[in-house]
Amino acid sequence: MATGFFATDFGILILTLLKSLALIVPLLIGVAYLTYAERKVLAAVQLRKGPNVTGPFGLWQPFADAIKMLFKETIIPDGSNRYLFLFAPVITFGLAIIAWAVIPVNDHWAIANINVGMLYLFAISSLGVYGVIIAGWASNSKFAFLGAMRSAAQMVSYEVSIGLVILSVLVCTGSLNLNAIVLAQRHIWFAIPLLPMLVVFFISGLAETNRAPFDLPEGESEIVAGFFVEYSAMSFALFFLGEYANMILMSGMTTILFLGGWLSPIPFVPFTWVPGPIWFILKVAVCLFVFLWVRATLPRFRYDQLMQLGWKVFLPLSLGWLVLTASVLEIFGWLPHA
Amino acid sequence: MQPSLMNYFPILVFLGIAGLIGAAFVIGSLLVARQNPYGEKLSAYECGFEPFGDARRKFDVRYYLVAILFIIFDVEVAFLFPWAVSLSHIGMLGFWSMMGFLAILVVGFIYEWRKGALDWE
Amino acid sequence: MISAIAFYVFAAILLASACMVITARNPVHSVLFLILAFINAAALFVLAGAEFLAMVLVIVYVGAVAVLFLFVVMMLDVDFAALREGFQRYAPLGLTIGFILMVEIGLTAVNWTIAPAAHLAALVPTPEHLANTNAIGNLIYTRYMFAFELVALLLLVAMVGAIVLTHTDRRGPRRQNIHSQHDRTIAQTLTMVNMKLGDGSRQITPAATKAEPDKETAQ
Repeated sequence: MATGFFATDFGILILTLLKSLALIVPLLIGVAYLTYAERKVLAAVQLRKGPNVTGPFGLWQPFADAIKMLFKETIIPDGSNRYLFLFAPVITFGLAIIAWAVIPVNDHWAIANINVGMLYLFAISSLGVYGVIIAGWASNSKFAFLGAMRSAAQMVSYEVSIGLVILSVLVCTGSLNLNAIVLAQRHIWFAIPLLPMLVVFFISGLAETNRAPFDLPEGESEIVAGFFVEYSAMSFALFFLGEYANMILMSGMTTILFLGGWLSPIPFVPFTWVPGPIWFILKVAVCLFVFLWVRATLPRFRYDQLMQLGWKVFLPLSLGWLVLTASVLEIFGWLPHA
Repeated sequence: MQPSLMNYFPILVFLGIAGLIGAAFVIGSLLVARQNPYGEKLSAYECGFEPFGDARRKFDVRYYLVAILFIIFDVEVAFLFPWAVSLSHIGMLGFWSMMGFLAILVVGFIYEWRKGALDWE
Repeated sequence: MISAIAFYVFAAILLASACMVITARNPVHSVLFLILAFINAAALFVLAGAEFLAMVLVIVYVGAVAVLFLFVVMMLDVDFAALREGFQRYAPLGLTIGFILMVEIGLTAVNWTIAPAAHLAALVPTPEHLANTNAIGNLIYTRYMFAFELVALLLLVAMVGAIVLTHTDRRGPRRQNIHSQHDRTIAQTLTMVNMKLGDGSRQITPAATKAEPDKETAQ
């Protein structure tokens, strides 16, 4: 621990504040440029150019969008619950941010290195459903309400398989601490022995963040924009940012659980010199690219197919794999002694 | 402050920062942009029709069923967390007690599957 | 010092939101205040060093149980005016019951003696170098195994009960059978018809106009 000023209570507060900002500011910039990257990737897939007017290669586009949103009128519909209506996007956005407090981008670099890091992330992701439900209910609009209910049932259904997938990783690490989970992958990334779980986790992540092909809550061809149909201006932008921040969070979780976090993929000298955070960011970027790629490629699921996939395929599969993993570790005596 | 609590303090700071940013966005937009509301603009979007009836209405019972089943499986997952981390300490007995727990729940799962509670049309 | 301030802040919010749960006019607001109370209780658990319990409280109660509560109060469209109508009539009865309950609780509190053994149990600290979660895990699956298996039975009963109460069997025509869709062959569904030149403009048989399956593209 630091001495002098930074050892006092006030000093700790300042230090934590600075550290947090050092993570949150790049994160927000990342979120802004993810929207840009999405438009560019989709454009490339569809043989278009994408945003290319504002600034070189259209690089100022996210900021132009933000300024535009800021100067739009905030419409609070008739018969809505005014405060809840404005509060819902803050919940969605805030949850996506506070989850990052425990994510380690390098060895012991997590701002809050708590013992139960994985449980914390699971808890935060289980709260994500509230932003959606409250938005849908507070809007007092049929489409919003329909979208919110669909979304809630969908997020809740995939939550279970996400939990079971996380558990099959935990059995291999014997610790809930995210730092320890990454360090347990020094010899082999969990992506290799637990490959089916990686797939289940990623697809459940798509459903959990309401991304294509599971973007039924938005479903613009049937319920216009789902739960945020009534939103405009910055409250709309917050939902948008929250969705993208959640995508980055999901990619970060995938990286930590399966892709070895900040560890170098190639354990030789020139590659191990590259600092951990760079590997971390690269891995997250790869996951994000898959998010965008999936959106560009796959058509939307039907609701019954979505529920069927969650409850009848992923739930038994992840439960079975968890039991299998635990049995193999138990029989061969490979359990981690944490 | 105890060392374990030290680790939780940044979460509080994050909560504060996230809340501030969110509130600043919403309130900033309310202050900066010109607000010109009128009845037509504020009415709920219903594809151009006049809104009728209450938006908050009765829903298919299956949504409740999904929520209830989710609670049960969530409790199961909550029980699995300590088991997963201390599996190496509790030996074969602990392993088999969880297998028994899961077996009982799998019976319930098969029941709901056969009853068609997981089917949507 | 920070932890002391945090304790009083969380405790104050917890008590205030608990009061709001019973005084809020709109039941949805009540549930939302309940959630706030749960989250503050979790924060108090963290302050007491019970990390695992705090997280499980959030996961199970806030993430699952309160979602069901919200579903119910949002969608059951209870007529609140009608509910409030009976207030005047039932107020004396409610007050009487409340008073009796309070006296009973008071009597219990006065006569309460803490078992001497419990005092010792409270002093047993969590073993050093053992995280909260491990400490719990080392006990429930072996020492408290019987209770643990009973929990499974309880959950099974809950599951069966929920299905029996809510599930109505409706085998409509719209049920999808994915296997039969995948198993079908071209020979079963497609017939090739040789048309003479110019025939197509005069008669179009329904069998010949099999539409291609719609490929809906994500925008």
